[in-house]
Amino acid sequence: MDMPMRRILTFLGRKLARLLLLLATISVVSFALVSLSPLDPVNAYVGADLLLVGPEQRALIAERWGLNDPPVLRYLRWSGRVLQGDLGVSLIYRQPVARVIGERFVASLALMSAAWALSGILGFALGVLAGARAGSLFDRLVRWFAYLLASTPTFWLALLLLITFSVTLRWTPICCAAPPGIPAPEVTLLQRLHHLLLPAATLSILGIANVTLHTRQKLIGVLNSDYVLYARAQGETPRGVIWLHGLRNIALPAVTLQFASLSELFGGSVLAEQVFAYPGLGQATVQAGLRGDVPLLLGIVLFSAVFVFVGNTLADLIYQVLDPRIRLEAS
Amino acid sequence: MMMRRPESVNGKNRRRRTLWTASLSLILLVSIIALGQALGTEGLDTNLEERNQPPSWKHPFGTDWLGRDMLTRTLRGLTVSLGVGLTASTLSAVLGLLLGLLSATLGSKVDAAITWLIDLFMSLPHMVALILISFTLGGGMPGVIASVTATHWTGLARIIRAEVLQIKSTDYVQLSARMGRSRVWIARHHILPHLLPQFIVGLILLFPHAILHEAGITFIGIGLSPHQPAVGIILSESMRHLSTGRWWLAVLPGLSLLVMVKAFDALGESVRTLTDPKTSQE
Repeated sequence: MDMPMRRILTFLGRKLARLLLLLATISVVSFALVSLSPLDPVNAYVGADLLLVGPEQRALIAERWGLNDPPVLRYLRWSGRVLQGDLGVSLIYRQPVARVIGERFVASLALMSAAWALSGILGFALGVLAGARAGSLFDRLVRWFAYLLASTPTFWLALLLLITFSVTLRWTPICCAAPPGIPAPEVTLLQRLHHLLLPAATLSILGIANVTLHTRQKLIGVLNSDYVLYARAQGETPRGVIWLHGLRNIALPAVTLQFASLSELFGGSVLAEQVFAYPGLGQATVQAGLRGDVPLLLGIVLFSAVFVFVGNTLADLIYQVLDPRIRLEAS
Repeated sequence: MMMRRPESVNGKNRRRRTLWTASLSLILLVSIIALGQALGTEGLDTNLEERNQPPSWKHPFGTDWLGRDMLTRTLRGLTVSLGVGLTASTLSAVLGLLLGLLSATLGSKVDAAITWLIDLFMSLPHMVALILISFTLGGGMPGVIASVTATHWTGLARIIRAEVLQIKSTDYVQLSARMGRSRVWIARHHILPHLLPQFIVGLILLFPHAILHEAGITFIGIGLSPHQPAVGIILSESMRHLSTGRWWLAVLPGLSLLVMVKAFDALGESVRTLTDPKTSQE
C-alpha cells in the first residue's frame, strides 16, 4: 500500500475510535437527561386512547417496559440492544426507530443537500464578487445583506417565503413533500421538486451569509498579499490574479466551512420543516420531543451526533488530501 | 487595485459614529420595553368587533382573529423574549467565564476535562440539544432558560481560556510573579482588566443567539407555554391563519424580532470596537 493511502486509513481509524467514544458518552448523558424528564413515556404510547386506558393498564405497560427498574439497569438494557443494532420502537410512529430515522432522513437529505449545494455556490460567488471590489457599493450591499441574514429567525424567513410564493402568488404548494391524497409511489419527481423548492430556498438563503463573509475576507487577504503585488508588477490583470491566485487559495476554506456547517444546517431544517410541514427528520425530532417519544428522541440524538461528526471529519479529510501544505499527522 | 476608503467616512469621526450606533441601539431596546409597558393590557382583550383587521393608524400591526391589537401583543412578546434572553445569556456567559478560568488555571487535568465537555456540547446540533434539554425539564420557562444557557457557553469559555493562557505567558506577568506578587494580586491587576471587556462583549453578543434560539424552540412548541405570549408563540399561532391571507400576523412581529436582535448585535459590535485597543482610537 502506498504511503498517502495508508496515512488516510490511519487517520480514519483514529477518527472512528473518537466517534465511538463520543457516542458512548452521548448515550450515557442523553439517557440520563431523558430519564430525568417529568414527561411520562406511557402517555406518548397511549396517545389518543388516553381516556380508554385505565391506571391498571398503564401500570402494566410500565411494568412490561421495565420503567420501574433502576435507571442504570435500564441504560444497560437499552445500550445492549443498541449495540446489536436495535434502537427500539418509536412510540408515536409504531415502527422501529431505525426505520423511522432512515425514511425521514432520506426526505431531509434531499432538502439539506439542495440547500447545502445552493448556499455554497451562491455564497462563494457573492463572496468573490464582493471581495474583488472591497469597499464598493456592491460590496457594502452584500455585507449588509449577510449581516442582516445572520440575525434573521429561520422560521420567520420561511413564513415570509410561504406568504409571498404560496399564499399570494400561488406558485408553490403550501405544505408537505407531495400533493395530498396521492399515494407515495405515484408522486412524480417534478411534484417532489416543486414541494422541495421553498424549504430548500429558506435554508439556502440563510446558509449563504457565512460562506460569503468568509470568502470575501479570505479574498481580500490574498489580494493584499506580497505575491499578488508581485504578480501585478509582472503585468497580470486583476481578473487573472483572482482566477490564478485567488480562487485556488479560497476555494478550500469555503468547502471546509460548508462541511463544518452541517450542524447548523440540521438545526435550520428542524425549523424549516416545521413551517412547511415537510415530513423529514427535523419534524420527527420536534414530534419526539413534544410527545415524549423517548426511543425516537434518543435515536435522533445519536444519529445527529454521527451526522455532525461525519461533516467535520470530511472537512478535515478534504483539507488534508487536497492541501499539500498540510500533512496528515498523527495528531 | 484596492481602493481603501479613508477612515473618516463623510467627514465624521468613526469613534463618534460607533458611539452613536451604540446609543441608538440602546435607546431602541429600552423603548421597546417602555412602550410595551405604556400600552398596557388594553389591547390584549378580546374585541370581536375589530377582528382580523389589516394594519391601520389605530392598529399599526393589525388585529388577530380575536380582535387583539397585534402591536401590543408583539411588544409584550418582545419583552418576554428579552427577559428570557437576558437571563439565559447572562447565566451562559457567567458559566463560560467560570469554566474558561478554571480550564486555564487549574492544571492540565481540569483543562482536558473542560475541553472535552466543550467538544461534547459542540458535537450535537444546537436545535437537537435544545429539544433534549427542554424535554428533560418538561418544557416551559425553566426548560428554555436551562437549554439556552447550556448550549451557548462554549464559545465564550474558549475565548476566556485562550486569553488567560496568553496573558499568563506574557513577560509582564512572569516578571510580576518573580517580583513576589501573589497569584491573587496578579489575577486582580493583570488578568481581570483584560478579561472584563472580553466578558462584556461576549455577553452582549450572546443575546442575539439566545433570543433567536428561544424564539425557535418556542415556535416549534417545546419552549414557552401559550400563556406567555412570546414572539415564537405569536408566529406559530399565525401559521393557522396564513392561508386566508392575513400576512400581518406573521410579517410584522417577526420583523420586530429581527430589529431587536439586530440592535443587540450592533450594540455588541460597537462596544467591541470601543473596548478593543486595536480599534478604539480610529
